[in-house]
Order: sequence, then C-alpha cells, then structure tokens
Amino acid sequence: MITETPNGFSLDDSGQRIVVDPVTRIEGHLRIEVNIDENNVIRNAVSTGTMWRGLEVILKGRDPRDAWAFTQRICGVCTGTHALTSVRTVEDALNIQIPENANTIRNIMQLALYVHDHLVHFYHLHALDWVDVVSALSADPKATSELAQSISDWPKSSPGYFRDLQTRLKKFVESGQLGLFRNGYWGNPAYKLPPEANLMAVAHYLEALDFQKEIVKIHTVFGGKNPHPNWLVGGVPCPINIADTGAVGAINIERLNLVKRIIDESKQFVEQVYLPDLMAIASFYKDWTYGGGLSSSNVLSYGDIPEYANDYSASSLLLPRGAIINGNLNEVHDVDLRNPEEIQEFVTHSWYNYPNQDAGLHPWDGVTDPHFELGPNSKGTKTNIESIDEGARYSWIKSPRWNGNAMEVGPLARYIIGYASNNPEFKEPVEKVLTDLNLPVSALFSTLGRTAARGLECVWAAEKLQYFYNKLITNIRNGDLVTANVALWEPHTWPHDTKGVGFTEAPRGALGHWIHIKDKRIENYQAVVPTTWNAGPRDAAGNIGAYEAALLNTPMAIPEQPLEILRTIHSFDPCLACSTHIMSPDGEVLADVKVR
Amino acid sequence: MASNASFYDVFRQQGISRRSFNKFCSITAASLGLGPAFAPRIAHAMETKRRTPVIWLNGLECTCCSESFIRSSHPLVSDMVLSMLSLDYSEVLMAAAGHQAEAALQETLRDNYGEYILAVEGNPPLNEDGMFCIVGGRPFIEQLQEMAAGAKAVIAWGSCASNGCVQAAKPNPTQATPIHKVIRDKPIIKIPGCPPIAEVMTGVVTYMLTFGEIPPLDRLGRPKMFYGQRIHDKCYRRPHFDAGQFAEAWDDEGSRKGYCLYKMGCRGPTTYNACSTVRWNDGVSFPIQSGHGCIGCSEENFWDNGPFYERLAKINTPFFAESDADRIGLGAVAVVGTAIAAHTAASALQRARSISNAAKSE
Repeated sequence: MITETPNGFSLDDSGQRIVVDPVTRIEGHLRIEVNIDENNVIRNAVSTGTMWRGLEVILKGRDPRDAWAFTQRICGVCTGTHALTSVRTVEDALNIQIPENANTIRNIMQLALYVHDHLVHFYHLHALDWVDVVSALSADPKATSELAQSISDWPKSSPGYFRDLQTRLKKFVESGQLGLFRNGYWGNPAYKLPPEANLMAVAHYLEALDFQKEIVKIHTVFGGKNPHPNWLVGGVPCPINIADTGAVGAINIERLNLVKRIIDESKQFVEQVYLPDLMAIASFYKDWTYGGGLSSSNVLSYGDIPEYANDYSASSLLLPRGAIINGNLNEVHDVDLRNPEEIQEFVTHSWYNYPNQDAGLHPWDGVTDPHFELGPNSKGTKTNIESIDEGARYSWIKSPRWNGNAMEVGPLARYIIGYASNNPEFKEPVEKVLTDLNLPVSALFSTLGRTAARGLECVWAAEKLQYFYNKLITNIRNGDLVTANVALWEPHTWPHDTKGVGFTEAPRGALGHWIHIKDKRIENYQAVVPTTWNAGPRDAAGNIGAYEAALLNTPMAIPEQPLEILRTIHSFDPCLACSTHIMSPDGEVLADVKVR
Repeated sequence: MASNASFYDVFRQQGISRRSFNKFCSITAASLGLGPAFAPRIAHAMETKRRTPVIWLNGLECTCCSESFIRSSHPLVSDMVLSMLSLDYSEVLMAAAGHQAEAALQETLRDNYGEYILAVEGNPPLNEDGMFCIVGGRPFIEQLQEMAAGAKAVIAWGSCASNGCVQAAKPNPTQATPIHKVIRDKPIIKIPGCPPIAEVMTGVVTYMLTFGEIPPLDRLGRPKMFYGQRIHDKCYRRPHFDAGQFAEAWDDEGSRKGYCLYKMGCRGPTTYNACSTVRWNDGVSFPIQSGHGCIGCSEENFWDNGPFYERLAKINTPFFAESDADRIGLGAVAVVGTAIAAHTAASALQRARSISNAAKSE
C-alpha cells in the first residue's frame, strides 16, 4: 500500500520486509524494519526504540541539587551533557547566577565531550560502514604511505608502519578468532575504498582507540572521573588555587598544564587524522548521495557554549540557535522552550497512554503512562516479535514536534542553521569542503553531509577548547578564582513553587530538561533528548521522523546485509538510552510484577 | 593450530618482541598489585592459553561501562581486544548487526559452550514480561539466561548489573533487577561502580585470563583486591579528617586548601572502591581530589541513600550513627578519638588512629 505523509514522503510497504535488530555500534537498543521494492530500494522505514528505564519518575521527590547525577546516568556515551543541562535547569528555576570561571570550565568540559564523542563515533561506531577491514589485507604499504602523506602531515605514515600494521592484522585474521570483526559485511559491493585507504583507516581506527582515552582526562581534572564526572548547581565543584597553601589539591598550574597538553594533542589529532580521513573517505563516496531525510527541510538547534556566564540568548551562544522549516534557508526562526505551543510530544504510535491520545503535550505538562501493546498486523508474539505493525503503537520513543513539525537535530542541523545565519565559523568550513570535493550545496543534505558536519564540528570544538582555556587563564591572571556561588545553596532560600528549563546542544543534537520544584523537592522532571527528535515514530498526522525519512529511497546492494541501513542510522549517532527514559511523575507502576 | 593460538603466539604473530611481552607481563603483575615475582607466572600462563572468547551483553544501562572499559591505559584496550581476548559479541563495538550479530552469539554458544566469559552491562527489567528491554524481538532476560547457561563465569559490570543502579532506584518502575537474582547457577564476579574504573575492569579480566580462576571475592561477590577497603581508608585528604579540618561550603578556604569533604556529603567513609588508590583515567584524579565528595556509586542502593550533599551523620547509615563531624570539628583530637573509638562500627578508623598515634609517639 502506498501512503503519502503530510511531510512529503511516499511510503510503500508492499515489498519484502527486512528486520535489523539489534542495530549495533550505537548506544542502547534500536530496531529498524524496512520494505524494499523489486530493485532493492527502501520504500518504507520503521524505527523502534526497544528500551525504557523510567528515570523521571525516579527523580520525583528528590533534592533538585542531586538531579544532575541521576540525569547524567541517562547516557554514559554523551557523559556530562545531561548533567550540564540539569544544573542549568535547576539554576534557571532557582534564579542562581554562576561565576565566570564556572561558565568557562563547563564550556571546556562540554567541548571536550564534543571532541571525544565525535572522534569515537567516527572511528569506532561509524567507520566500519565505509571501511572494509579485510580489503586492507591486500593493500600495498608503500602506496598506503604515499596516500597518507599526500593528505596529512601526521607522522605515523611510513611504509614500514603500515606494513607492520598489515602483518598484525593478517595474523589476527588468520588466527580464526575475528572477535569484533566477526560476521562483518566484508566484500560487500557497497564498500568503495581502495585497499590502501582501507588500511590507512584501520590504522587510524586503532590509533584513535588509544588516543581517545587522553581527551577525557580534561573531565577527570575538573570532575574527578570519566565517564560521569561531577558537577555542581551554582558553579563547578573544583576550586582554583594557583599559588597558595594547599594548591596541590585544587586546580593549579600543574593541572592546567595537563589540560593544555591534552587540548594541543586533541587539536593535532583532529586536524591531522580525523579531518583528512573524513575528506579522503568522502571523496570515494561522492556518488552515494542518499540519507538526507528531513535535513533539507526541517532542522532545529537550541544553541550552546555561552560566551557570557548566565546569558543563554542566541547572541551569547557560540553554537547557533534556531529552526528552519520547509527548506527555507532564508528564514531562521527563534526557538522558545517555555512556549507551550512550540515543543510538544506526541504518543499516538508510542507505547504510552495520554488522556487525549492524539494531542501533543509541552514537557512542563508531560504525562507518560507506559502501555506496551503490539498492533494487529504485527507478526510473532508479545515476547517474540517477528515484525512490527507501524500502523499501531510501535516504539518506546515519543514523537516530539516543533510547532507541529518533525525536525532533525544534530551536527548537520547546527551547520545548516549556522550556514543559513551566515555565521562565518560554520559557513566557511562548509563552503571549503564543498569546493574541495566539487559538490553543490544540496550534497549537504545526506548521510555523508551529516558525517562531514560532525567532523567539521570536531575541529571547531578543538579550537574553542583552546579559546576557553585561554579565557580561563586570563581570568585567573586578573585575580578571579571564584568557581561557585553558594548564596542560594540552602533550600530555605528557595521559592515555594518554581519552574525552570535548561538546554544544551548534546553532540547528537538539541537537549532540553524541564523541572518543577515544589516544597524544596522535584515535583516533575522531563527531558526531551536528541535521539527522541531523530528516532521517534510517526505522529498522529502521519508525519515520519528523521531516521525513517533518511532511510527512504536508498538502494541496498545485498538486502541480507544491512550495510546501507547502518550507514545512515549511524550518521545520526543514535543514543537510545537517552531517548527512551521518559515517564511522568504520576506514571503508574505496572501491575504484572514477577519474581522469577 | 591457528584457532588455538595462545596469547604469546598472537603477540609474536603481531610483531611484538619477547622483551615487550615480558615488560607487559611485569606491568600487568604490578597493576594487579601482585609484585614482580608474579610476572613469570603471568608470562607462562599467557604463552600457553588460547584467547578466551568473551560475550558482552547490554541490558538496561547507559553504556558508561563500555565507555570506561575503552579508557583502559594498562593494558590498552586495543591490546585487550586484539591480543588478549576474543570479544565475539559486543553490541557497542561489533561490525555486524541484526541477523549476523545474532549468528555470532549463537556460534559462540555452540562452539565454546562452557568456555566463554559472559560480561553483562546493565540489567534485565522483569515488568511487562521483560519487554522494557528488547533485543532481537525478545526480552533481554531471555538472551541473558540463554547465554549464562553456557558461560564459564559471569562478570557483572558496574552498578546496574551488580546492584540495579539508577533504573532500580525507588520506585523502580521497570523492576530492573541485578543479574545475580536471575542467574543462580554460575559464579558471578561483581564489579560495581557507575561506572567501574577502567583499569579495575581490565585488571579483573586479565587476572582471570592469567590465572585461569576468578579473583578472590568478598562476601558480596566483589574482588577483594579492588573492593577490600573504603575510599576513606586510603584517601589522601584523610589527615585533614583526622585533624578536624573540613570544607564547610563550596569554594571556601577549606575547599581551596583541599580539606576533607565529609561535611559536604562525601560518601568515602562508607564506600568500598579503589578510587583513592588506583584513581581514574590513568591515575589523573578521582572525585575527592577534584573537589566533589564521593557519591558512593559502587555501593548498593546509593541512589536512595541521598541527598548526596547531606553529611553521612545526618542520614541513616551505620557509620557515625552516634558521633558526627561537628564533634570531630571541635578540633580536640583526644575527644574525637574517644568519640569514635566508642563506636564499634568505626573500628577501621580506630585502627588507623592507633597507627598514627603510635607513629607520633615514636
């Protein structure tokens, strides 16, 4: 049957159904089903979030100053970004102003997350969609060296280096224990890189694996550990003591030197390894133009990285803020997280009940009552699903909408909004990439565009790390050591009843938390997260979400091998634990408790 | 032969010299706190053992354990996955997806029954017939129990698998359940923490691969070598606690001088973990060193033992049920000593004090 969706996509579910579950190399649990036509082109796509944890009901009644620790455990991959969103939310509700140093240190931590998260995503979660590990075995090490040296000054590029690595890889494959590379799609005709590019990429896969653990040490200095560093409502928990008694137990010159070294090395790795690899790989896939989905029409960003402490307006935010709809790049709309009409969540196709099932709710009024039920056209049983019925409820994810529109969020959305806003920090790198690869602007709206925007943003974040490091040093040199404002720390100073909202741009996209504090305790807490925007199911009107839209019209080389599906889904960097945790404060605890 | 290659064979095949191999064994011995005499034993074990298959499952969790694991600096995680073990299933890192991923799982179950290590990140929800966590169309609990049946041993990564962690905090809407309550016939090694320290994770695996046995465990199932002492016992700020020097507010003079964070809610005195000794991310720091108290993330029910900024004495824990830091803060060491010594729950404190007093009198 062919259906036209209100947001302009044509769906045909008559062809062969293909199920991918589990989708791997993501955070959390996701299932994708598609229908392909007689030419193996995807004509219908269904995204199902397959986990739910219920963190918001757990938050009810707790101390708002603890909320960052709970919400940080929404996700250990984008670790820190929920915590940062949470402390901003509580500070908004309680009208707490944070010191300049705290704003700078928080920005440094958020940017360190960007660099780490984007790097690990590209090499360890996404690269194997483009890179054929087995093909690397037939590469000529000398030609690989020439390739590497033609695109970068990165020193590890000699023929001997690549020969050693190839030998190591060969022995690994010959051992018969392929481990992580077992049952991969090696040899699939959708792989387009020559053997030498594959060998170079495998080398950098391993180098990036060893290097990424360095980046997070920035979190360890300021937050004590990573994953899950510590945060503080009103500032940051790490005091600064540069030259006085006890300085060795605080942020001192030795700690700052460590941070500086990591920033320098990160910048070097991103500029000399990540970006050149990305460009090299992209140059072999220029003809693979699929996966644009919603990006050419509807994109959303809240903005992040405030230049000025406590100023979260668009003019203070270094990452762009705004919404674009219907593909009109000439108009960037403002976004108001407090407006009950703008951001709403729908549950028509989700495993939750609403009082009015088809009406949207703003997060401050959010209700979630879990209700697991498969549709009449699903196949299998409740606990052994063979095929989902997307005509009914089919996901643990809700469908958020901005003024009724399904939106894509993430690095590509941020770059499109920055481009449309004529912000040179975003527009110029995009134009350079398009010129270097000889591609039109429309090439941005694709799976590769998403992957490229993430790489550009990683370079941007490494530069901004340096900027905020210098800002911190300058402020300290000017005598400002303050890292926390404790004037409103004690609960007796708080209003009886108050609401707040806070936001960040998580590496994966727009992230908002909404809180209601009553009698010093959390009355209601709601989070609307990037993967909810991107991976959500259809809404009441039948609009499809970003994942589903992006998969449409993609040809599959071998339908039994879901390489192209993985490619496009991975380009969003899915985070399912984030997207599916939502439950209202008055959600009922389910009745069928079993002790096995 | 190829499929039975030992660690050392793999090392040699991959161009690693005997000297590097020996150095690796020494570092491994040191990181496990075993001393140099154990290095030859590790070397011998690694020369004769095939890479052990590891199946890594993910239930309800946040993936912080996988993220922590890849942060390991000794051994490097690249060496772990290429040379030391065969990570045959990991939804976070594996190349294959869908049917090919499920096939990898079934192949390991069939070919290595009774031989593989099952590593579990997260926990199964039992409400809604387990369908709050679905893998391959089925409840995660089924996958977990199926894979546990053929495992040689089970590792419970992190507080989710060990204790339930955040999704099991009150009121635990999904009935998220730690794995020892659903796997009853296998040895389970609990590595609690949210997440555990990277080098603790790889240290435990390396110990098992090297000695072919599970490490000595305490009565709660945690390796004694990493969870045998409280953070407070080895905290570098402990002298300030003993001297009655405390941070009283964020960013105050005491905070900047690195005084004890007990009054700011630090859970170090009741938390068993290696944070104050192994420290985090290649030994860079740990929460207390960076100015925030320990939140007790490796202890059972720590989420429900808050608020985190309420000092221990004010909340219902066995520690300091009678005395509190205000009395300690009086500064009179003799008074403090008596107050604490009177309380049997603080016996370790007493021992530490006797030692420090003995040292003073010498």
